[in-house]
Amino acid sequence: MISIDLILFFIASSLVVGGGFLVVTVKNIVYAAFALLVAMLGTAGIFLLAFADFLALVQILIYGGAVVVVILFALMLTRLEDFKGLTDNSQKPLAVLVSLTVLTIMLYAIVATAMPTSQGDAISMIDLGVSLFQDWAIPFEVASLVLLVALIGAVVLVRQDEEGR
Amino acid sequence: MNFQEILKYFVYAGMIFTVLAGIAAYLTLMERKVLAWIQQRMGPKYVGFKGILQPLADGIKLVIKEDLLPSWSDRTVYWIAPIAVLVPALLMWVAIPITDGIVLDDSDLGLFYITAISVLTVMGLVMAGWGSANKWAVMGGLRAAGQLVSYEIPFIMSILAIAMLAQSLNLTEIVNQQTTFAFILKQPLAFVIFFIAGLAELGRIPFDIHHAESEVVGGPFVEYSGAHWAVFYLAEYMNTFTVAVLTTILFLGGWVWPQMPFEGSLHDFLSILLFMFKTVAVIYLIFWIRGTYPRLRIDQLMAFGWKLLVPLSFLNVVITSIVLFYGFSHFVLSAVSIFLTGVLFYMISNRSKKYDSGETVRIVSSSQVRDNQNFKEPL
Repeated sequence: MISIDLILFFIASSLVVGGGFLVVTVKNIVYAAFALLVAMLGTAGIFLLAFADFLALVQILIYGGAVVVVILFALMLTRLEDFKGLTDNSQKPLAVLVSLTVLTIMLYAIVATAMPTSQGDAISMIDLGVSLFQDWAIPFEVASLVLLVALIGAVVLVRQDEEGR
Repeated sequence: MNFQEILKYFVYAGMIFTVLAGIAAYLTLMERKVLAWIQQRMGPKYVGFKGILQPLADGIKLVIKEDLLPSWSDRTVYWIAPIAVLVPALLMWVAIPITDGIVLDDSDLGLFYITAISVLTVMGLVMAGWGSANKWAVMGGLRAAGQLVSYEIPFIMSILAIAMLAQSLNLTEIVNQQTTFAFILKQPLAFVIFFIAGLAELGRIPFDIHHAESEVVGGPFVEYSGAHWAVFYLAEYMNTFTVAVLTTILFLGGWVWPQMPFEGSLHDFLSILLFMFKTVAVIYLIFWIRGTYPRLRIDQLMAFGWKLLVPLSFLNVVITSIVLFYGFSHFVLSAVSIFLTGVLFYMISNRSKKYDSGETVRIVSSSQVRDNQNFKEPL
């Protein structure tokens, strides 16, 4: 008997794998961004099946909404002809080698690891908040500091560009 | 989960779609009537009694219209785009309660779910713009992306203040917290920010730069016609209704405020009526603003979002957390929030005065003409 969870898992994982496959194979780079969105939403589905509702919604909000939109924004402001060389160049054999190595290592890791089955209880928002802002407050703040540095760095780079003109 | 339960969810989905489509259709009629009253016209009045069947006539006209496909367009993206706009508009209604107990999924993450799903609408607009292979459509799609990503921040931050005040992300719980005082009384600033950012998210006047007719013709929808164009507008009016309902739930006390001295099923019926009355009032306000204000320029829109709304919404969250952490009375919160709302409106009016480049059109009231005050010669 195939349970409904399993069917949903296969739908979500096929979205992730199919989307990811399209991201690297499609020639048109805007299509690749749309495929990336599909893969991101599929990942949110996998998180939902693992009882991580909060993480799934964050995935939709940050990756599905903001990140893909920013990528598309950048792509549409640039001329698509500039990207022709990206998908087909002389480093292709090396890229194939590297990706096959990574694939082998990951496949070995997946086969060798004993997969824990989900216990089927979602963590409440209050527990999540307490562990994030009390138990792990310093790592959380460090992560936000890293993002702040990246933001300031972006602003500085853009400003220098304008003044140096 | 057995077959019957799955079937039940399909029936619910069908019901949500039908009801929302009906509401969206009648919102178009309401908008046309309200705009007509503001502009001293009659509005639609021939189809049915006082134009009551006008949405039906509009719908039939749109469905039988020829569906055009520009030859340069990207077919797949072009056809998926309307669906990508409509689906998030419907998905949000999974978590929105109409009254105590009438909700599809009373999730503890309801509020966060709605904010997360609402972001996905942008993708549909960008897809529509890019798929049309039209320079105005692409510019419109990009404007939509820039505008929606910017205004998402004050939108979420004003919601965050409410979530902190209610100590919950569950929408039913948030409403039940407002039995004595609606959150608009404690957080007027958050209400103003939420409402303005909500208007920007909807892309309604004065924030409709992504389909500004005088600049980008029709924005992402310029190439669409017939039923596909209708789907975009259906989604837009559904979202208008959703923002109005969210304003009612988060700030106006939903179905519990003010409390009614009734019992039993009469109370339940009247609370739905109260909820709907507030929602229609908010929608009326949105249409009223559309009839009254001119469109912002894109740089004004971005400056307004980033320089005024974002700092104020962050300040609001900080103030709310200080008040809650030290356990001050909520009246302190109200007082500070009212003061900051005053600052917001002062800054808006001040900035608009700064860019005032003198009179181009003179507005003369009829009484001035009649009494000949400040009005020496006929224009």
